[in-house]
Amino acid sequence: MLELGKYADAILSSWGATLALLIALILVTWRRSVQVKKALHTAEKRASGNG
Amino acid sequence: MIALLVRDMRLAMRAGGGFGLGLAFFLIVSTLVPFGVGPEAAILSRIAPGILWVGALLACLLSLDRIFQLDFEDGSLDLLATAPIPMEGTVAIKALAHWLVTGLPLTLAAPAFGALMNLQSPGHYWIFVTLLIGTPALSMIGAFGAALTVGLKRGGLLLSLLVLPLYIPTLIFGAEAATRGTAGLSALTPLLIMAGITAGSVALLPFAAASALRINLR
Amino acid sequence: MSLWEFANPVRFMALSGKVLPWVIGLTALTLIPGLIWGFFFTPEAVNFGNSVKIIYVHVPSAMMAINIWVMMLVTSLIWIVRRHHVSVRAAKAAALIGVTMTVIALITGAIWGEPMWGTYWAWDPRLTSFLILFLFYLGYMALWAAIENPDTAADLTSVLCIVGSVFALLSRYAVNFWNQGLHQGASLSMDKEEHVADVYYLPLLLCLAGFVLLFIALVLIRTRTELRLVRLHRLEIRERMKDA
Repeated sequence: MLELGKYADAILSSWGATLALLIALILVTWRRSVQVKKALHTAEKRASGNG
Repeated sequence: MIALLVRDMRLAMRAGGGFGLGLAFFLIVSTLVPFGVGPEAAILSRIAPGILWVGALLACLLSLDRIFQLDFEDGSLDLLATAPIPMEGTVAIKALAHWLVTGLPLTLAAPAFGALMNLQSPGHYWIFVTLLIGTPALSMIGAFGAALTVGLKRGGLLLSLLVLPLYIPTLIFGAEAATRGTAGLSALTPLLIMAGITAGSVALLPFAAASALRINLR
Repeated sequence: MSLWEFANPVRFMALSGKVLPWVIGLTALTLIPGLIWGFFFTPEAVNFGNSVKIIYVHVPSAMMAINIWVMMLVTSLIWIVRRHHVSVRAAKAAALIGVTMTVIALITGAIWGEPMWGTYWAWDPRLTSFLILFLFYLGYMALWAAIENPDTAADLTSVLCIVGSVFALLSRYAVNFWNQGLHQGASLSMDKEEHVADVYYLPLLLCLAGFVLLFIALVLIRTRTELRLVRLHRLEIRERMKDA
């Protein structure tokens, strides 16, 4: 394991916070994208089905 | 245009909204701060200009949503939009009316309320001058925020969220000028910059606010 | 063929769909090695010790926080002038990324500030500017969320973005002035971008590229989502009108 010295807490917490926020952002973006894609798909099917 | 100004001011006075309420709020803030900070005269007199500025700013914020909301609800804003006065003029007049019923009374009251916070001798003068120059910008920026949120049912909280960041430069230069003046230092630079912000806001923001109003009236 | 061709939502969807996998791949190829390089394979700095490793997340996020606002300003202007739907949706899509970057910059800055300056927060001009930028992002996003009609929301948020940019810039100078006015010469800025040796600079560059690519990938995905939402909204309105 890497020796981080006396700044270990600061480094780990800032990297941890960054990665957590970035991953959260990516997950939110991805989930919303899938949701909307699905919703649009069903809506378009309904629209074309109704004529 | 003068008729509109008179009408707006009369409405504001009668509706019991901005006029008395803003002043009362300002007085309460000036009373509460010493309770929170403690009664030491030295500390209070040091922070007094800043507190007075923040208090005036918040008091100004209270009545912003009334600038357009009532006229929007009863449809007179639509009439004003089709009236011969350009929308920019209407916005400017309404901001002026708001300033006359809130900004100006706050400016006049601030030196007196300063006594509650042990504001020292040149301070009264400086808080008056800085507020006199700065509050028109607050009213104008507020009118822009009110124009953005006029169509919303519960726009009050959003309005504060939008307007307060826009108030930051005015607040910084205004409070800085007041603090420096009170401390006997030269306050000319921040005062001039603040005057510039006020002039710029009054000159340009009516256009932004009017376009926001037109969008909301579509 | 002009650049404005891509402003057509259909063409944008087609093109961005093709480009997106490449952008995602490139992001993975730059961001992950960059971060690993920065975290594991960089030496201690003389002044900062190992805490210099925070630079690899702090500086890229801070740069993105500002640049994303600039991008939103440009796209808002394009919407106001030329009324291209893709443009304003991209501005909306970028806002959440921008606010995340601002929060990352603030948090890592505060954590770094504690060992370096002995305090989590100082009213240093740079820190203060970022806090103000955060407030502007919040206001912009709140206005988007509050207005139901998408076209009205697009117009009003664009106006807010343009006016807000002017005031954000003013705040930047105001804050500089204000802090210097209070403590003369006691500046906490560290001029970190200057004199950085190559050992730190190269991985930093890779991280920067990674953050930029990550932003592009995310903004493409989010813009696509927004455009789909617009279409969904139209379909729903049409359906409701048919029912009525």
